[in-house]
Amino acid sequence: MITHLLSMEDLDAEQIGHILDTAEGFRDIALRPVKKVPTLRGRTVCNLFYEDSTRTRTSFELAAKRLSADTLNFSAKGSSVSKGESLKDTAQTLEAMGVDAIVIRHEQSGAAQTLTRFVQARVLNAGDGWHQHPTQALLDLFTVREHVGRLAGLNVAVVGDVLHSRVARSVVQGFATMGANVTVCGPPTLVPASAPSWGCEVTYDLDGLLARTDVLYLLRVQRERMTEQFFPSSREYARIWGVGRDRLARLPDEAVVLHPGPMNRGVEVTAEVADAPNALITAQVTNGIAVRMSCLYLMLGGEQAAPAEPVTQATTAEEVAAR
Amino acid sequence: MSATTTLTLTGARVIDPATGRDEIANIVVDGERIAAVGDDSAGLRLDCDGLVISPGLVDLHVHLREPGGEDAETVASGTAAAALGGFTAVCPMANTEPVADHAAVIEQVKQLAVAAGRCDVHPVGAITQHLAGERLAELGAMAAVGVRCFSDDGIPVGSAQVLRRAMAYARTWDAIICNHAEDPALVAGGTANEGGVAARLGLPGRPHEAEEVMIARDLLLAEGLGARLHIPHVSTARAVELIREAKQRGVRVTAEATPHHFTLTEDLAGDFDAVYRVNPPLRTAADVRAIRAGLAEGTLDAIATDHAPHAPEHKEQEWGHAPPGMVGLETALAVTLTELVFPERGEPTLTLPQAVRALSTAPARSRDIDGHGGPLEPGAPANLCVFDPQAQWTVQPGVLVSRSHNTPFAGRTLRGRVVHTLLRGRFTVHDGELTDEADPDDGDGEPAVSGNLHHTGLGPVAQPPPAGPTPAEPGATASAPHASIAGQERAGG
Repeated sequence: MITHLLSMEDLDAEQIGHILDTAEGFRDIALRPVKKVPTLRGRTVCNLFYEDSTRTRTSFELAAKRLSADTLNFSAKGSSVSKGESLKDTAQTLEAMGVDAIVIRHEQSGAAQTLTRFVQARVLNAGDGWHQHPTQALLDLFTVREHVGRLAGLNVAVVGDVLHSRVARSVVQGFATMGANVTVCGPPTLVPASAPSWGCEVTYDLDGLLARTDVLYLLRVQRERMTEQFFPSSREYARIWGVGRDRLARLPDEAVVLHPGPMNRGVEVTAEVADAPNALITAQVTNGIAVRMSCLYLMLGGEQAAPAEPVTQATTAEEVAAR
Repeated sequence: MSATTTLTLTGARVIDPATGRDEIANIVVDGERIAAVGDDSAGLRLDCDGLVISPGLVDLHVHLREPGGEDAETVASGTAAAALGGFTAVCPMANTEPVADHAAVIEQVKQLAVAAGRCDVHPVGAITQHLAGERLAELGAMAAVGVRCFSDDGIPVGSAQVLRRAMAYARTWDAIICNHAEDPALVAGGTANEGGVAARLGLPGRPHEAEEVMIARDLLLAEGLGARLHIPHVSTARAVELIREAKQRGVRVTAEATPHHFTLTEDLAGDFDAVYRVNPPLRTAADVRAIRAGLAEGTLDAIATDHAPHAPEHKEQEWGHAPPGMVGLETALAVTLTELVFPERGEPTLTLPQAVRALSTAPARSRDIDGHGGPLEPGAPANLCVFDPQAQWTVQPGVLVSRSHNTPFAGRTLRGRVVHTLLRGRFTVHDGELTDEADPDDGDGEPAVSGNLHHTGLGPVAQPPPAGPTPAEPGATASAPHASIAGQERAGG
């Protein structure tokens, strides 16, 4: 179904729906005593991480292991990369070892796509610079669909540092593709002027947005943006664009709050909001494994039996899980 | 070199913007100099029917990488690429290692070029020591060895005070200051034109305003001092307007545009292929139109390549890690002819004489480079570019003579091929191939260069070209047309 997973721009609504449906089958595996299926037995997945990331790397590792794939973790620190090895050489070394898929996290936008020029292995983008983080968006879509029951027609507000956020680009495009109405909000210094071309609206007025928001998606705001003069202080940021108890109360009752983590409590989100009953932050983490299993399965396992079959005829995850 | 040889290039369309000549004529070359232009004929005859003869092309902005970057280019390989591109004079920038911020490096580069013998070089000296933007380099020492233009190349002099002092000081020799026009703070970290494409791709932006505020500042400083200013690689529409207004006010400013900035747009960043990463970045289609208009009206005086070779291991990296820059010497004339003079769609931007002016006469004049850019008249050095304006060829990066292959035009079929290049009467390129005066790649064990152009349709002298659009028939009357290429065995001779 998927050759490489590089960007949410590459997926249409049908493909996204299929990934989410497939993930539902995998979610239930986590509830069993033996949390493993043999789907990708004999396949090798490499986590190639140029940036520190605990949750994403762990999530991918668990996803691959629960599919019975062999996994190896390659982090830039303490490796040949720290000795100056290029991405091309690292990638070709991994491929020479017989890696079937490479999950790459990189601080440079486009690194995942660049990697596809160097290897035959499937490439899954686990976050590249400010560009894209497609599995984050997919797990967010999965989580919202699970809790709200639908995606189309929802009013989604994506709030914070949009400019520097790969999560924002993926999430905005993902929700927009699924028929939600997306608005991005943040300080004008942190919202690209061209953001409307992503299929969303733009506002700088968070308070005007809250009452009509079904999904409030808060982006991490890094403190160094303050020293770069994108805003004067984290206190001022919190006052204008941060979400605490008061703003939480102005959301509709059934609204949900998401955050990709790691959170800056006290800047974009207060502890009360992070721990509120309608905050789905823990569910996002849990669902991340199932969604990543789904992506790896569809990239590596799904088309093995019948490579030419279209998406809709692929074996469902439930059937696979039952084998 | 043996006794003086006389040669007549017959029947070409001679375009000489310096005199306004544009007619079919013979050019008689006697030794290093032009002996006659007109109906005269003397000595060996080389049939140039259907070809254009222009003054040798002049590039105000190249990087030859030597000393210090010989993996990407050497003076020998870069001047070989220049000769194949029809150039007889190029101006290498100062960002070598060590930096050309003192006379010794300038002299070294000039001597290497003389030894290679394929193209004159007029090195640009650094404005500040180590290109650091703080303390002036010894401009006088460099002026004493012939430097006419000073630039810190891709590193803008951020301090208005330092740049103003440099402009004032350079007036001692009426020398030219050339300042990379992008405000350093506004482009810090940026790798692509700020706008919708970069925002979508998550690439840090370089706003067009960064270029425009720098140009506006530099124009004001130059105007106040009466100093000479050259603006490199103009890439935005508003920058063209600023320069136009300044010229109308009488500011002593010249400006250049690159083939990539007048043909390519920011969308090419879409696949994160770093061959398209360059500073200033590729801009929008509206900017491309404005650059073309600026060339047509003469606001932008010159076409310069900013030939920036980078070894594959440096360009085959993540977009943000790869160095900016593109090679251009071997494609500049053809891109200009294809895109501006003979476009497949739309109105031409330039006439052929206007293109020759922008590639040769105007850059030579703007930098006080004597003996190049015409006029083509008796007694003048025979620095000539002979090209076929009809012939088509496809850019194959692997056969470029430059040591680096980072061309953004790979795979493009272009119109216009250099057939001969003459440097002071001596063929540096003959029938589309380098003459074997020197081996531009000596030392690395690779075979001597063979022309990219060799594969594209023009046969060797003895074999008439295949039927096709090319009217060139260089074989019939040429026989070892000049002493300097006597080493080449030519079956037709």
